[in-house]
Order: sequence, then C-alpha cells, then structure tokens
Amino acid sequence: MTLRISMPGLNLKNPVMPASGCFGFGKEYSQFYDLNELGAIIIKAATKEPRYGNPTPRVAETASGMLNAIGLQNPGVQGIIEEELPFLQQFSTPVIANVAGSTIEEYVYVAKSFNETNGVQALELNISCPNVKEGGVQFGTDLQLAKEVTYKVKEVSRHPVYVKLSPNVTNIVEMARGVVDAGADGLSMINTLTGMQINLKMKRPIIANKTGGLSGPAIKPIAIRMIYEVKQAVDVPIIGMGGIETAEDVLEFLLVGANAVAVGTANFRNPLVCSEIIKELPHVLEMYGFSSVEEAIGKGHTHG
Amino acid sequence: MERQLLPIIKQSQIAYETFEIVFRTSLAQQLKPGQFVHIALPNHILRRPISVANVNPIENTFTIIFKIFGDGTKMLSTYQVGNTLDVILPCGSHYPIEDLHVRKALIVGGGVGVPPLYYLAKTLKEKGVDVTSILGFQGKEHVFYEEKFQQLGDTHIATNDGSYGVKGFVTDVIKQIEPEFDYYFSCGPTPMLQAVTNVMGDKQGFISLEERMGCGVGTCYACIVPLKSNPEKSLKICKDGPVFAANEVVLG
Repeated sequence: MTLRISMPGLNLKNPVMPASGCFGFGKEYSQFYDLNELGAIIIKAATKEPRYGNPTPRVAETASGMLNAIGLQNPGVQGIIEEELPFLQQFSTPVIANVAGSTIEEYVYVAKSFNETNGVQALELNISCPNVKEGGVQFGTDLQLAKEVTYKVKEVSRHPVYVKLSPNVTNIVEMARGVVDAGADGLSMINTLTGMQINLKMKRPIIANKTGGLSGPAIKPIAIRMIYEVKQAVDVPIIGMGGIETAEDVLEFLLVGANAVAVGTANFRNPLVCSEIIKELPHVLEMYGFSSVEEAIGKGHTHG
Repeated sequence: MERQLLPIIKQSQIAYETFEIVFRTSLAQQLKPGQFVHIALPNHILRRPISVANVNPIENTFTIIFKIFGDGTKMLSTYQVGNTLDVILPCGSHYPIEDLHVRKALIVGGGVGVPPLYYLAKTLKEKGVDVTSILGFQGKEHVFYEEKFQQLGDTHIATNDGSYGVKGFVTDVIKQIEPEFDYYFSCGPTPMLQAVTNVMGDKQGFISLEERMGCGVGTCYACIVPLKSNPEKSLKICKDGPVFAANEVVLG
C-alpha cells in the first residue's frame, strides 16, 4: 500500500494535510504528535502587514459545523517568515503558504516575499476568505478578478500556485476554468460558505462580524459535489477539503477527483485527527479495493 | 497537554442549573489554579472550555463546576458516574502565585467565575496566605461553595436580587468592607471584571477571562483579547490566558 502522491512542487508521503487557519503554524499541535507524519502543512494566511482581525466572538457552533470570522489575523508575511517558518523547517513535511490580500498588489507582494525563503514549497492563493471587508472572497467570486490575481501571482512566484476556490459562487466550474486558464498549477477547494447564526437571548448574530464562514461536516456534500464537477472540467491537481473527519471521508474526496486533502475544523475537536486519519487510510483503501492513493483518484467518475 | 478519556467518579447538582463533576486522571497534579480543561461532547463540533475548581493530588482527581448556558453544557449536565468524557488538559495559563510574595489575598468571583478561584484560594491558604473572598451570584438559589470558601477565610456573598447576602454587586462589597490585601485575584463575567479592575485602580491583581473558543490550544485565533499597551496587538485567551495581569488587557 502506498500513500505517496506527487503534485506540482509537492512530493507527499501521504495525501493528508491540515487546512490553513486550523493549525496555526504547527507549534501547538506538535505537542500532540510528530508533524513528520503529515503529508504537508498549510499554514495560516499571510498578508503584507500584520493584521489584527475581527472583534470577538469570532466563532459559533452550528449543527454539524461551525462559523468563524477570524478576519485573517496574522503577524504579516515577514513575521511569518522570520518567526514561524524556522520551527517548521525541523520537519521533513512540505509547507504550503496561504497568500491573502486586499488588493492584487498585496497578493503579489506576499507571494514574492515567499520567493525569499526555502521554508515554503508551494502557495495556496486565498481568494476566498469571506471574513474580510476588502479583498478576500471578492476575488474569488468575480471571474475577471480571480483570473487577474492568479495571473499576476504566477508571474512573480517561483512556487507552484494552488488557487483556493470559494463555494460562494453560482458556477464553480467557470471559476475553476478561469484560474486554470490564468496559470494555476492546482486548485484547493472548498473554502467556507458564508453563514450566520443568531443568539436568541441577545437577539443578534453570535459572531461580532455578523457573518462567518461555515465549515465542518455540514459542508462536505457541497465540497464533494463541487470537486466532482470541477474534476470533469479541468486537468490540474486538486487539494480537496470541507468537513473531513475520517479516512472514509478522505476516500470520498479521492474518488471524486481530489489528489490530496486538507483537514480543517476536525483538528479543533480532535488535535490528533490528521495523525489518526493517516494511520487509518491504508486500511480503508484496502477495504474498498485500492492498493494506493493514486489508484483511487477520480474513480468515482467511472460509472457515468 | 494531552487528550485523555476520563472516567467520571462523582457528579452532583450544587445550585440552580449548576453542576459539579469529579474526574480521575494521571494528570491531576499538573493542573494549576486558573487553568482549564477542554471537553468534547457527542454531536458537538467544538469542545467546551471549563476551568478547574479543585484538585485532589492524593486521589488523582480534579473537579469542574459549570452552569447550563446552552446545548453543550446541558448535555454535559446529563453525564453520570461511570461515564467517560474526552478531555484535553491541562490548558492555558495559571495564576502565577509561585512567583508572587503574597501575604493577604483578595478573591473576587462572580457566577461561574467562582470555581477556579476556589482552587486558587485553597492553594493560597495552604501557602499560609490570608484569604478574603467576595463572591457574587444572581440570587440565593445560584449560590454555591460558600461554606468551602468560609473554611479558607473571611467570605462575603452578594446577590443581584438581594435574596442572599448583600444586595448588589461584588464591587459594592469591596467598597463597603474595604479589605486589606497585597494582590487581588478575580474571575467572572466581563462587565464584572471591568467594574472590579476599575475599583482596584493601580492595585496589583490577576484576572481570568472567558470567551467562545475554537481550538482551545492556540492555533485558531478565535479567542483573542487586545493588549492595553498596544491595542493593535492581542493575546490568545486559551494559550496566553485565561489568566492575565489585571492591567495587561483591554476588557470588553
């Protein structure tokens, strides 16, 4: 049984990685298990300057999921390179940096900054954060902007670029085709869906930002459907995510065409979830008749 | 910090919608006053952070006290002796009493902010510190642990509706009795902490905050609090806190 998978810039020992924003920069979860076990690590979003983020409360629990509106809090790309990446370099695990911004110039600046470090192997272009007033999801829901930011970042980055798509669109295939045409090396999907939850006692939204991004098992069927559709339309690798909690969930993502997967919200409930999924994955693949991860990719499409 | 499946060895209701659970764990002795544990519940995505109310190092047990606020705490209240719960522990910072020279401590707690202060007060008392406690509750049926605090020192109760003790807030009691102390330690709802830190002015003290948490270990940036010295910067309540120096952070 081999779990190995290769994608542009990434030779992964297995297809499982923590999703951006759900794993910080690795330090905290390294207390629970050896980060060498992971296929890769997608670190928390980087912007040009340090960002404070949104007021609190920033999270709310929902049925089978949660809302968050952190607002891209981070120490800025320079802070990340200097303070956070050195810790991760002790591991053999590839690092994918999540690049965010309010303007195309900011995305370009951040992407360029990561050219200067050996601590990053690929970029995830975050055009889908629903929790910031400027930029973010605006780029992920406007086809022309999505193409433009992808093109401009590809122009300057020495790293492969995986564009993180927003599910908050009418036509996900059109967005996927657009960013692939603009040069995306791969896709990462899906980001959270914009939602809201009301506190009955206070008679107002629980989250201070009012809206937040919905994640967790509640959104898994949407992610599965969108990856299924996109896989039929484009020919680049996909990092699939949205509500993954088990090795069976991973197989489901592989079957619809994901080449690798990211685990997000589940880390909060179970800090060991990625490690446990990686250990369980060979058994699940075998149980369903596969002898490698590679073999399972896209197999959910073969029955018409 | 570890994730363990812990057996419940005692469970009881101690006040209106307020419950006490005692767990056994090999990590009990590591739990310090002010720290919390992060409890997973079936069908709930997020864990519930609940502070440690007491530790018995001989029995290897610790106690939590919580009030029903929503679905999660309601479900937690149904757990009985013999059940197990998935718990991450120990979490967060503690009251740094080993670094302080305290002779007289003032404890100021409100509602579910009272539990961590019991473990603190007990630990201070064991160190020979003179402890005065001022505890606020909504009303008579919400009061708990009054006798336990009395065993540690002078204890005053305030209730919002005046159904027990002094009618009013903990700050009314502080003004009334003018307690002598070198350090104060407080935990409770944010409006209470604001009022307490205002009354205390420049006096040295430590407060413990609560907030809706995501991960509870410092990765998700859900529970942050701005720094007083630079409100553009923040600390994480789950990792840098929940205990902070009284004038370190901006409340509310």
